[in-house]
Amino acid sequence: MIEQLRETIAQAVPGVTLEIIQSTPAAQQPALLVDRDHAFATAKFLKENQQLDFCSCVTGVDYPKLGQIEVVYHLYSVAKKTGPVVLKVRAPRELEQCRVPSLTPLWRGCEFQEREAYDLFGVKFDGHPDLRRILMWDEFTDHPMRKDYVPPKDYEWEPTPHDDTLTRAVEVAGIIPPSAREELEKAKKK
Amino acid sequence: MIQQISPIPTGMIETQTIEVSIGPQHPSTHGVFRMDAVLDGETVVGLKPVMGYLHRNHEQLAERMTWLASIPYTDRLDYFNSMTNNWALCLSVEKLAGIKVPERAEYIRVIVSELTRILNHSCVIGFMLQDLGAWGTPLLYAFREREKILDLFESLSGARMMCNYMRFGGVRVDMTDAMVAQAKDIVAKFPRFLDEFEQLLSNNEVLLARCQKVGILPKELAINASISGPMARASGVDYDIRKVDKYGVYGRFDFRVPLGEVGDVYDRYYIRVLEMRESIKILNQALRDLPAGAFVAPEVKLRNFKIPPGDGYGRVEAPKGELGFYLVSDEGGKMPYRYHCRPPSFINLTTLEDMCLGHKVADVVIILGSVDIVLGEVDR
Repeated sequence: MIEQLRETIAQAVPGVTLEIIQSTPAAQQPALLVDRDHAFATAKFLKENQQLDFCSCVTGVDYPKLGQIEVVYHLYSVAKKTGPVVLKVRAPRELEQCRVPSLTPLWRGCEFQEREAYDLFGVKFDGHPDLRRILMWDEFTDHPMRKDYVPPKDYEWEPTPHDDTLTRAVEVAGIIPPSAREELEKAKKK
Repeated sequence: MIQQISPIPTGMIETQTIEVSIGPQHPSTHGVFRMDAVLDGETVVGLKPVMGYLHRNHEQLAERMTWLASIPYTDRLDYFNSMTNNWALCLSVEKLAGIKVPERAEYIRVIVSELTRILNHSCVIGFMLQDLGAWGTPLLYAFREREKILDLFESLSGARMMCNYMRFGGVRVDMTDAMVAQAKDIVAKFPRFLDEFEQLLSNNEVLLARCQKVGILPKELAINASISGPMARASGVDYDIRKVDKYGVYGRFDFRVPLGEVGDVYDRYYIRVLEMRESIKILNQALRDLPAGAFVAPEVKLRNFKIPPGDGYGRVEAPKGELGFYLVSDEGGKMPYRYHCRPPSFINLTTLEDMCLGHKVADVVIILGSVDIVLGEVDR
């Protein structure tokens, strides 16, 4: 069935490269890996010709070994009550090149989920109407679901006007051992 | 808090829109949730939901522990419906690993999940009425009934809300005959409570005036915006995962999928009443047919549990909508490589702005109440 769908898409979208990725043997949910340039056209074809009108789940997966981040879309059809068709798009891990086309213009349901993928994985969605962080706060700079993310030792540390005073007080009184002072300076640099 | 945006010339006098932050500490937001509303007088002309105050990166926590160890964490997602949360994770894992669940376990799962649905829907109606200004009374009526179901859950799993009841390949403890009798008793008495509830509410003039033609969600938008659960069905989307996927043993039961016509707040209220009546039907059949046998698949070894490499997506019809888990297993297979939860109440908030535009601020509160969100699930 997935082979058939692959043939149909290959005919309708010229120049597309499609690859089938198998799921676990028991799950039986093979996925279609689409190249970035033709992802939007493929999704549009699936929505309009295959009646896949319900984009259920959007998420990212980080593969540091491949050097890529994968965005996974699970598409269902409410009209035909079929699904899922799994669509995968891959982008390089480097933050500047980590871009995929947004499917929010096709399915509104992707809006918050793509924002979440941007927030947690750093994938930029071209064509998204409102790409902001959604779960982490705006000042947060990292993307915590990446595999190489190192959580800070003190989650609640924030710069305050008293930081310098505190450091000086520590130096004068010498209460805090040098190891803790290192950390304090590290946190200050951050 | 209040900020001037842009002047709107109206000829005689100049008026301006103001931006008002509703929440995050407000009883009507059902937790720490904030809405940035732009108001023209009392009319809403823009509204952006702001969430993440309760974010704890549930997904990353689960990726750092074994498959089994994340079951208790799913209880905390939607803390009203721990049973269906457990089921969603167990169903996904069973799908990936190809585990067959014994018949009795499937029936017990249906029973506890439908009880959860009743519990959730009656409480949601209570909270909705609370948002309308009916302080306490409907909510406490609902909580009185909820308590009976929670008593059953407590004797079944040891905890009232954080049940941690299901395991891969079945359930943790068997349902004794006394518990089945208790469940039958609850189910027999519940329709009477529902009649009483409806008599108070369904034709109540204040409820009709406040809820009808408020927060209309068109059918096309509901499908396009991935709205699921009672909210989608209130807009007339004929989509119930219990009917479509027929997961578990849902294919065997005779029940209908109630649909709304208008898609307003009143439809979202009434669809929940009707769904409770359908749940009672399912419960009656499940309790009647409950077979004897094993309550957990004996071949599943929960210690050193492994899943072959690959991915998969499993979903259930939770009381709030489609709850799914996208799981990826890698070479070792002991821990999830990727664990993603598709939360229904998070995605149902997508159309909050569309529903609120053009309504008064007081209506925003009831529209949000009718979406039925739980912040533990929205923020994860």
